[in-house]
Order: sequence, then structure tokens, then C-alpha cells
Amino acid sequence: MMRKIRVVIAKPGLDGHDRGAKVIARALRDAGMEVIYTGLRQTPEQIVSAALQEDADVIGLSILSGAHMHICPKVMELLKAKGLDDVLVVVGGIIPDVDIPKLQEIGVKGIFLPGTPMQQIIDFVNANVRDRVERV
Amino acid sequence: MKGVTEASERDVEFTTISGRPVNRLYTADDIADLAYTRDINHPGTFPYTRGIHPTGYRGKLWTMRQFAGFGTPEETNERYKTLLRAGGTGLSVAFDLPTLMGRDPDHELSLGEVGKCGVSIVSLADMERLFDGITLADITTSMTINSPASMIFAMYLVVAEKQGADWTRLSGTIQNDILKEFIAQKEYIYPPRESMRLITDVFAFCSKEVPRWNTVSVSGYHIREAGSTALQELAFTLRDGIEYVQYGIDAGLDVDDFAPRLSFFFNSHSDFFEEIAKFRAARKVWAEVMRDRFRAKQERSWKLRFHTQTAGVSLTAQQPYNNVVRTALQALAAVLGGTNSLHTNSLDEALALPTAEAATLALRTQQIIAHESGVVNTVDPLGGSYFVERLTADMERGARDYFAIIDRMGGMVEAIEAGFPQKEIAEASYRFQQAVEQRDKVIVGVNDFVQQDEPPVPILYIDETTGEKQLARLEALRRTRDTGRVERALDALRETARGQGNTMYPLLECVRAYATVGEMCDALREVWGEYEEVALI
Repeated sequence: MMRKIRVVIAKPGLDGHDRGAKVIARALRDAGMEVIYTGLRQTPEQIVSAALQEDADVIGLSILSGAHMHICPKVMELLKAKGLDDVLVVVGGIIPDVDIPKLQEIGVKGIFLPGTPMQQIIDFVNANVRDRVERV
Repeated sequence: MKGVTEASERDVEFTTISGRPVNRLYTADDIADLAYTRDINHPGTFPYTRGIHPTGYRGKLWTMRQFAGFGTPEETNERYKTLLRAGGTGLSVAFDLPTLMGRDPDHELSLGEVGKCGVSIVSLADMERLFDGITLADITTSMTINSPASMIFAMYLVVAEKQGADWTRLSGTIQNDILKEFIAQKEYIYPPRESMRLITDVFAFCSKEVPRWNTVSVSGYHIREAGSTALQELAFTLRDGIEYVQYGIDAGLDVDDFAPRLSFFFNSHSDFFEEIAKFRAARKVWAEVMRDRFRAKQERSWKLRFHTQTAGVSLTAQQPYNNVVRTALQALAAVLGGTNSLHTNSLDEALALPTAEAATLALRTQQIIAHESGVVNTVDPLGGSYFVERLTADMERGARDYFAIIDRMGGMVEAIEAGFPQKEIAEASYRFQQAVEQRDKVIVGVNDFVQQDEPPVPILYIDETTGEKQLARLEALRRTRDTGRVERALDALRETARGQGNTMYPLLECVRAYATVGEMCDALREVWGEYEEVALI
């Protein structure tokens, strides 16, 4: 039997605005996924190590502070170094248009701006998560 | 209900944005339990439901105070001068996250954050650049700073001192509201009790040295942004205010010596009448709490003064020009609720920090309300409305119910330690999100009236050189300042923190020695430790 989709929701950087992270964590859990919320102020190293420990299929980063162009490349680099290239990485938060292609280029698959319906994120995860898990 | 026919209605739930049911019609029967002089009364008269000034905006318009800050101190200084030239009447400083968290730009967690969400202030030298050419004795400044509030306030005072200003004539506000950080915004450093000591030290210091300074801006804004209901915002904010007053009294201060310098800061969200009721109820509840619970004798202690900011959380990245309309309605609610000062958000803030053009339009929105709409001509024009008075009274009752729960837990510090307000807010925010998903609540451009292929709006892009500049400056500062003086000042701070003395005095000395925000905060971290919350979803 295949296991449920495992998601790590993380708040990197110094920003403490966690409404979005908590709401999406609950929505994914209610949709039938296993969700681990890291809490606030995680370094890229801590996030990748949580993903490794939890055998995560998906990492969701919530960034509203404008530090995404520093944090995301670091996370992607570390994932690669650990052989976790097949983990789906999505970012939610305040991301200027011009940064979206840059984030996609380094392998961030989903970028969700304020106002994105939760169902859209759930559908996106189902459609893009690696194959060995049970979709919801 | 009498006189109301059973005519058909649209098949939707008639509730406020907070989920409170609203009746089809309100009549005199709905406010029969209210007595005018006891519950409402004239403006300027206890319990101030209709306002704290007898003349309302006929006497003085609200202060149009636009929150701004980004990049280097020089860039922000330029924005301030633009806002003052455009008719802004007060400054409001937004600091970047490293400053807010008491970290220098060279700390690991500052990576990519320097100058992004606000201005980067590392030492007194940056504060001098921030206010260059602005005479602090002539303006009022609000500073949104919490955990390192004492350090930043000390910097402001030293800049004023260098300009030759008399501290007793300085006026402005530091947010300095740590309780809502634990509850909502999460920019805490030290554990709750040590954090409360920093605040009571500011109370004592200001009552002697800077008597016109507003020592705390007790903030509901962030509680609401974290997803609370209007009622939760009102109740938790006022209960935080009660906690500060109680801690001040417990620290040996006379309530009338520091309570008049407490001010409040509310959100103005999208549900028009609910917001107006919230502001009116806030004044009434606070007046009664101060007179009856704390036995404050001076009227100044009873009067709740508040700043308002329109709801950032209500802004959408989709069809951003719609945000101008949202903000205008929210600003109007704040004005009809009698706000004493106001910040209006810019249309592009779901995308980035505002451009100068967007920030100017936001200020113009306030000016149009003030000078064209006519709503300022009479005080509390909605007073006596069956609906608004009923909502106001219900808000008051709901707040008192929350007070009773929190009092039973031992107070707000204890309630926070038990995670009570945090859980209440998380529940409310999830309920609202579900209502949006199910389209029980329509958000134009998001879950209805959606438009494909929107043209992009111009946004402000903070370039990466701010971080590099501030890092270079920090290195230069460490090379050129008197290291011995810095070390001695930091030692004195640690010593005071271990004992009972007032932390403001050693902090002023640290600032004069050009100690950095990170160094001052670290000195206290060494003595007091750091707070860590349990992450719950």
C-alpha cells in the first residue's frame, strides 16, 4: 500500500507572519496529507534536514519578507546535495512578478501569491508530487 | 419582527466578515436596553463612546501618518521628506526584520532580509542618517518596534539630544507592545516576564524624562492580520492593555502617571459597520476599565486614543487596483469610528513594498475623505443608528466575556503561555479561509469576478546593495568606534539586567557609544535567554 503525501511546511528567515503557513498546513492535512510544520525562523539547513528526517515529498516555504531570492536558491542547492531532487518545492507569499521565472528556473515548481485558493494548492501538489505516494 | 414582511431574500448568509449574524432590520426595540448617558453619551464625555473630543474632527483632523521605511536610512529619509512635502503630518518608521529581531546584518538569519521590509538601523549612526534634515522637536514620530523598542527609543532620544531638542517636549510613539508579538506577529526575543520588565522600565523612565511620549501602542492590528475576528481583535488588545496597566502598578507606579501615555492601534478591515462598532466599543470599554477596575482618577487615563491602519490582509495580488477601493472604504470606517491617526495601505502591497506613487495615492485617499466627503463636519455621525449602537453594545459584551476567561487564567501572560489567544486566532483564520473557499464570502477578483491575463502593475524593487552597504558600514563602525567604551556600556547593561535597575539608562549609554542593535539585544539575551514558541497548527 502506498503511503500518504508527506509535506513539510516551513517559515524560513526572520519573518513571523505565520497565518498563511498555518492555514495551508491545516488545509493540506484536512485534505488527507501528512503535514509537519517546522515553526518559525528556520535556516535552509534546518528545513532540508527536516525534509530528510521526515521523508518529505513536498516542501512548502512561506516567505513574505522579500528574502526569497536568497532563501530559495540555498534550499534548492542543499536538496540537490542531499540527493532530494525529487522533492516538490512550492513557495507561498509576497513574490514580485519578476522573480517568478527566476524561481522556476532553479526548480521551484509552484509559486502561490496572496489570495490563492487552498484547493488550487492541493490540486497542484497532487498533480506534481513524485509517483510513489497516494494522491488525495 | 413587527412590520417586517416575509418577502424573499437572496440565498446567502447575512453575517459580518467575522461571522456575526446581522438582522434584516434594526429598530428602536434593538437598543431599548441602552441608556444614552450611561452607554453612549456626548463626545468628550465618559464613557466616550462617541469620541474623546467634544468637537471631533471640527477641532482637529486625524493625523495622516503613513508607515514607511525601506532600504538604507538615506533612502527612507528621502521618502519621509516626500511624505512631509505632500502634506503628511507625522512620520511612522518601518524597520527591517533584522532590526525588529535585534540582529545585526552579519547574523546568519539576516541573510537577504536587510532593508527589505523596512529600513535597516544598525547603530546611532543610521538613526542620524534617518532623521537628517528633519527637526525632531517639530514633528511626531511613531516607531513600529517591539522587542528592541527600548534600544531604538534610546537612539531616537540621543539623536534629539544631539539636535539640541528638549526631551520633555518630544512627542511620538514606540509600539513597544510585546504581548501581541507572542499572540500574533511573533517578533519576540526574550521570555514574556523579562519582556514585560523592559516595558515597565520605559513607563517609569518616560514619566520622569519624556512625559509626552506614548510608551506603548497596544496593538490589535497584527492580531487581526493574523486572522482574528473583529471581536477577538478588540478583546485581546484591550486585555493586553489591562495587562500593561497591571504590570505598571505592580512595578510600583501610580496608574495616572503612566496610563495616559498608553495609546492603541487597531486594524480597519472590510466590514464597514462592524469596524465602526469596534472602535466605538473600544473607547467605552477602556474608559470603564480604567475608572472602575484600576480606579484611575484623571480623565486622561480614561480616554482611549488610537491609530488605525487599513487591513493589509484584505489586499489582493489579483486586480490590485481594487485595493484602492477597499482601502478607501476601510479608511472611511476608521474615520467614522473616530480614529486619532490613520495609515492607508497602498494598492501594490500584496505584491511588494509600495512605490512612491502608490504611497501618495494612499495619502490622497485620506485627504479626499477629510476635505471632500463632508463626513468630518459633525461628530460621530452614526451615533444613534439602531444597527451601529446594537453592534457597539454587542462588541462590548463580547470583549468582557473574553476578559473573564483570560482573568480566570491568571492574566494575559498566563493565557499566552497556555496558547489561548493563539489558538482562538488560528481557528478563526481557518474558518474564514474555508468560507472563502466555499464562496460563502466573496472576495472580488479572487473567488468571483476573476479576470485572466491581468496587466502587471509597477512595483518597488529593493535592490540587493542595501545588505552589502549596511554590512560594510557595520565593519567600518567596529573599526572606528571606541571599543572599550562599547564594552563597558554593554557590561553595565548586563549588570542592570541581572538586578532591578531601569534598563533605559544603561541603554542610552550603549547608544552614545555606538553599540549596535544586535550587540545590545545580545547582551540581554545572555542574561535573560530567548523565548521559543511551541509550533502548533
